[in-house]
Amino acid sequence: MKKEYWNKPALGLRERLYLLEVIRGLCITGGVFLGNMWKWLTFRKGALTAYYPEEIRSDYSPANRGRHVLTRRENGGVQCVSCNMCATVCPAYAIEILSAADFDDPCHPKSPERFEIDYSRCIFCGFCVEACPEDAIRMVKEVPDFPGFDRDAMWAGRDLLMNWRPTGDPAKQYPAASPSPVEVQP
Amino acid sequence: MIQDLVVYLLFMGYAIGFMLGLATLFTWVERKQSAVMADRIGANRCYLRLPFTNVRFVAWGLFHGIADGAKMLLKENFTPKTYDRLCYNLAPWLAAVPVLLVFAVVPFGGTLAPGRLLPQLHPFFGERSYAMQVAHMDAGILVVLSFSGIGILGTMLAGWSSNNKFSLLGAARAASQMISYEVAMGLALISLVATYGTLDLGAMVRWQSGTLFGVLPAWGIFTQPLALLLFLTAAIAENKRVPFDLPECESELVSGYFTEYTAMKMGLFMLSEFIEIVVVSALLVTMFLGGYNLPFLTDGGFVLPTGSVWHLSHPAVVLLQVATFLVKVFLAGCFMIQIRWSLPRFRYDQLMAFGWKFLMPLAAVNLVATAGVRWWLT
Ligand code: SF4
Ligand code: SF4
Repeated sequence: MKKEYWNKPALGLRERLYLLEVIRGLCITGGVFLGNMWKWLTFRKGALTAYYPEEIRSDYSPANRGRHVLTRRENGGVQCVSCNMCATVCPAYAIEILSAADFDDPCHPKSPERFEIDYSRCIFCGFCVEACPEDAIRMVKEVPDFPGFDRDAMWAGRDLLMNWRPTGDPAKQYPAASPSPVEVQP
Repeated sequence: MIQDLVVYLLFMGYAIGFMLGLATLFTWVERKQSAVMADRIGANRCYLRLPFTNVRFVAWGLFHGIADGAKMLLKENFTPKTYDRLCYNLAPWLAAVPVLLVFAVVPFGGTLAPGRLLPQLHPFFGERSYAMQVAHMDAGILVVLSFSGIGILGTMLAGWSSNNKFSLLGAARAASQMISYEVAMGLALISLVATYGTLDLGAMVRWQSGTLFGVLPAWGIFTQPLALLLFLTAAIAENKRVPFDLPECESELVSGYFTEYTAMKMGLFMLSEFIEIVVVSALLVTMFLGGYNLPFLTDGGFVLPTGSVWHLSHPAVVLLQVATFLVKVFLAGCFMIQIRWSLPRFRYDQLMAFGWKFLMPLAAVNLVATAGVRWWLT
């Protein structure tokens, strides 16, 4: 028994002749070709794709989880207090932090001396951003310069994270470092 | 004698350079054209760097063809465990060489008289003149058909001797497809022969240098439009490219009959595919688009239908004819690539039905009609 399908395509005579439809298809692709070629010949870009990685796409979603930034205090110092929460929550173990102590600033005596993210391992889950109690790490939508020719080139250090797109945190006011250190009770 | 040798060696060099050069160019055209058609940019990363400097020539990705060639030459030549080493090694050559040979009978220019080209050459060549064609054969079209028949053997051998089911399936498909379409192609060409009254491709081009009704150039596209369509379809099917790429369809058969080939052996199959584009375009141009002729151009210069004559010197005419042929072949090849990137692939039963139930009867009808018209005219 020949099975009848409900969505059997109904071909008219024109479709079954094939040739006319072929010519129509060729006209469509040829039209696109000529249009794009005209753009290229008049020194415009005739393509929808971007030159990756030279060109940063402008149509990333604002919610895209791209590269990390470390936010800064008003005085330009790093806001991170080196609590290691991000490194702990990171499922890919991509963050490594080496702390430094600075007792001149009694409110934030700890800060990262080194803060490294291994982008060859990062899975861009955004957990680090959510875990951070200080809003010190964020992810922005752009993804510049990710590709590299070897793994060692894919580490992002503290300076890069702070400086590639300097970001302050105006929502959070900090007490200025007082000249006389507050006594810390043991 | 020695003059003939020099001239024909030059012709052969030109023919080989023509095919390999255009084939390499077409690999680039295929990438770029498909990219532009699909709103993409296309391959553009390969460059030549001036030594010791940072000056790079990207040239819109033109060098990707060279990179491909170098890669294929340097890759590991992996061979499968097959019991038929001879056929396995023979197959790529059997696929590539006949394609090259077909071009021997295609005229790529009008008449060349080297003595009139440069005055310095006159003492050596005298008044000799040569038709620009590697081999003058009365059996032109038959040579074309028989050599493309040998090409089938290459694909069949490749599939059979690879000792691989995918290859075997691809080869079986290739064989049945190419043989079926050979029939339609042969019939279409016979009607062409009936029109031109000759089998010789050079004579065909000369026939097409006249005019129809005084204004229209007497090209095959006007005298035999249906045969043009049939030939084009059958030629693309012979070429095994989309929409007729069943022998090597990647989605089902990995790579079809050359699945088991690596490095330059596989490169030969690829190259022969691109050379075949060139050769098919050259045949198309020769038989249907007036060959090296421009409308109203004769060996003496332009003769317009209004009767006015514009004389051209011999070197100018020769250059013009060679350039015309080159440009025509290039454009025809671009059209083939356009078809390849526009149309979806046939299903196997559709392919066979299309070949036997549609193309063949059409070709036969065309032949009968042509014969009728010929008989009525004489
Ligand atoms: S985005 Fe995820 S994987 Fe990447 S560093 Fe943050 S927590 Fe780790
Ligand atoms: S970035 Fe945030 S979570 Fe990570 S160590 Fe610094 S303060 Fe802690």
